[in-house]
Amino acid sequence: MTEGFKPIAITLENCGKTFADGTRALHPLTLEIAASETIVFLGPSGCGKTTTLRIIAGLETPDPGGRVLFDGEDVTALPIERRRVGMVFQSYALFPNMSVAENVGYGLRVRRVAGAEAAGRVAEMLAMMRIEALADRRIDQLSGGQRQRVALARALAVRPRVLLMDEPLTALDAKLRDALRLEIDELLRRLGITAIYVTHDQAEAMALGDRIVVMDHGRVAQVGKPRDIYQRPSTRFVADFIGTMNRINGTVRDGAFVTAAGAIPWREAPPGASEALFRPEDVTLDDTAEAHLRGRLTAAFFLGDRTRLFIDVGMEKPLVTETGARRDFTHDEPIGLRIDPRGLMAL
Amino acid sequence: MRHETPRLILLLLPAGIFFTAFFLLPLSRLFAIGGSGADGFAAYAAIVTDRNYFASLLSTLALAAATTAATLVISGISGVFLQRSRFPGNAILVAMLTFPLAFPGVVIGFMVIMLAGRQGLIGEIALRLTGEKIVFAYSMAGLFMGYVYFSVPRTILTVMAAAEKLDPKLEEAARSLGASTWQVVRDVIIPGLKPAFISAGAICFATAVGAFGTAFTLATRINVLPMVIYTEFTLQANIATAAALSFVLGAVTWVVLAAARTAAGSSVAAAG
Amino acid sequence: MKRRGALFWLQLGFTLFVCAFLIVPVFLSMMAGLTVNYLTGIESGLTLRWVGEVWSGYRDTIFLSMGIALACLAGTLVLGIPAAYALAKRPTAMTRAIEELLVMPVAVPGLATALALIVTYGAAGGFRTSWTFILTGHILFTLPFMVRSVLAVLNAIDLNTLEEGAASLGAGFTQRFFHVVLPNCRTGILAGSLMVVTLSMGEFNMTWLLHTPLTKTLPVGLADAYASLRLEVGSAYTLIFFLMIMPLLLALQAMTRHVR
Ligand SMILES: Nc1ncnc2c1ncn2[C@@H]1O[C@H](COP(=O)(O)OP(=O)(O)OP(=O)(O)O)[C@@H](O)[C@H]1O
Ligand SMILES: [Mg+2]
Repeated sequence: MTEGFKPIAITLENCGKTFADGTRALHPLTLEIAASETIVFLGPSGCGKTTTLRIIAGLETPDPGGRVLFDGEDVTALPIERRRVGMVFQSYALFPNMSVAENVGYGLRVRRVAGAEAAGRVAEMLAMMRIEALADRRIDQLSGGQRQRVALARALAVRPRVLLMDEPLTALDAKLRDALRLEIDELLRRLGITAIYVTHDQAEAMALGDRIVVMDHGRVAQVGKPRDIYQRPSTRFVADFIGTMNRINGTVRDGAFVTAAGAIPWREAPPGASEALFRPEDVTLDDTAEAHLRGRLTAAFFLGDRTRLFIDVGMEKPLVTETGARRDFTHDEPIGLRIDPRGLMAL
Repeated sequence: MRHETPRLILLLLPAGIFFTAFFLLPLSRLFAIGGSGADGFAAYAAIVTDRNYFASLLSTLALAAATTAATLVISGISGVFLQRSRFPGNAILVAMLTFPLAFPGVVIGFMVIMLAGRQGLIGEIALRLTGEKIVFAYSMAGLFMGYVYFSVPRTILTVMAAAEKLDPKLEEAARSLGASTWQVVRDVIIPGLKPAFISAGAICFATAVGAFGTAFTLATRINVLPMVIYTEFTLQANIATAAALSFVLGAVTWVVLAAARTAAGSSVAAAG
Repeated sequence: MKRRGALFWLQLGFTLFVCAFLIVPVFLSMMAGLTVNYLTGIESGLTLRWVGEVWSGYRDTIFLSMGIALACLAGTLVLGIPAAYALAKRPTAMTRAIEELLVMPVAVPGLATALALIVTYGAAGGFRTSWTFILTGHILFTLPFMVRSVLAVLNAIDLNTLEEGAASLGAGFTQRFFHVVLPNCRTGILAGSLMVVTLSMGEFNMTWLLHTPLTKTLPVGLADAYASLRLEVGSAYTLIFFLMIMPLLLALQAMTRHVR
């Protein structure tokens, strides 16, 4: 089934975007996307993800000086209908005047693919997305999840060179989102297609992306594998946007990071660091004299399999950690903490 | 999408050319001709300085105002009633009330003649009851009746559409606070329908000011502005005056509609 | 069924009265057109004589009106749909002003528009005396209804996304327009078309000034008949007119209710 897909590499060169009203949606951006790679654009609302995707698709032109290359060929001047891309829209953009099968076959129809071949391809796509039974339905007779599948089938039916998806799962409820995420992931790997996926959901980004491009206010904040982005955020913004991050102020002295709440051993501390960052999972409770930090419990949320603790150590924000301990916590009780030095970082 | 402005201009062009050639250009020509008579552009002031014209302007406006008021009251009562009350035959009533939706003015004039003309129903009934025949079709009263006839169907549709969107919870809330039926009507229903009333009323008014067919069918003797213009143009061959008067008439109706559109914030369009 | 208060019956009575006001004259005129002598009443017998008389005398006006209405429909479709599309694609102050301008022929009394056309093109002999002169007026007057009707639907659907969807599948502008845009605004086109045909058939305000003895439309003929012929003939003529626009009106009514 994977035959017919010829994945391509995509290069963005200095692609910026300033809208007619003066909005600077995107600062010049340069990015290499390898063939067959799944790349995810991640960032808060309004950071320019959709704009970037639309530039790649050919729905927007980059500001002068910007270029889009498909396998080295400059496609900047090509409109979307000549770029042979597949696109899944957030609102799906299914045609209400056509049935499911007609929607899926539309790309073949405008390409004048012969009837029998087109019908075969439509059937194949419907089978792949497991929606054969819906072939003759009207679009307004479909559920959200079914529409999503039709949109994917329609985009893939023309065997695009790259698949572009703009928040394809945002309109669905949480359970369905998880199920479809898994399915999309499996599909992308099986087809080996170059895929570009836009989302503001970090879990989705982590699960799907070979690489993630974190964006902030029209700029790229960091590009990297999900693990790198999580474990080695390169900016404050990335550190805060992805997962939960604890931060504590202090100074580096004699191989330790000394704070008002205690000292954390940190041999590789960068000299002059005034702030240490670490994730909740690198923190363990420790009531012994060896505890690194001491503070008082401000809140404890019982989550079932674990309890999430908020500990005041005299900083602006309480530290967060999670524990599997089977005991009750009382407000204001003293808490000792031990930090895994491998999880410590500075910016 | 990209680079589509030239295409959109191209698509707008045919309508634009047609409109410019057959509306804007002729109207500006009309304006110029209005000022080409013996009095020059003072002709435009004639509508207020000339006693006859001014009188017909006033009666035209009075007639339009009366038509609007009567239509709004009638359509308000029946429209809200038909939207709110479900009873057998409701749909048939709505169908009958909106049937004359697109009758042209001439036909409506004839309907008035059927009712209040020399051989009309009202006259016959009055003759039977009182021994005296009532005939008022060929007067201002007949014209008033015709304009109400014309305006009621479309206004009822507008009112029903607006009443459908009224949130019944507001009404229930008012009742729960102890409001009487009349207070609910005054404080909830009428304010809720106000935009619809404004836009429908404006159309009503504009049509009554500019309509010609009904007046033409009823008589040439009714002193409303469109008839005056027609007489000036055909009988007096006084083209400059006719042009000036019709330009003013057009301006009045256009201003009324534009003002209503601003007030109601919705689309207001009239129909002939 | 729940009990109805006095208010209900009062309102119902009022509404029935209004209904009678609107429908009784229609009914009377239909009867009059089929009665031998309206003054004597139905006892004088029913006849198709008046209808026949109208048919032989005014047949041409009926065909001319139909022809003009259809030509007018074609004109408004060709001019109006592209215009509505362009207006929907660019909702700017500029396009709103254009829309406002396009609606002016409806706001400005037909008499004024007709006079304006006559003073500008009256001297163009061939044009002035041909039916296309009337057609021009009708298109001016009905174009806004087509534009608004289509525009309303285009604004209600997510036009840009649908078009982008089609473009992403390789459809060029023409394909997008005919495969996606037109089919999805067909309710607006249909409603607009019904309105255009109905209005064109009944247009009198302009037509009375624009017509020539050789280009009389149905409403012009009606006005003639009302003024100069006996009531029965006028009624028969009206009856024919009703029969012609009845299907249009019923369809229009169904659509209006559907759109609401
Ligand atoms: N056509 C436009 N004209 C002017 N500004 C625009 C236009 N489209 C987008 N913008 C602006 O550009 C910025 C980036 O928009 P973009 O749609 O790329 O954000 P996004 O990251 O996709 O956000 P979201 O997660 O909310 O979809 C925003 O500030 C937005 O308001
Ligand atoms: Mg977006």
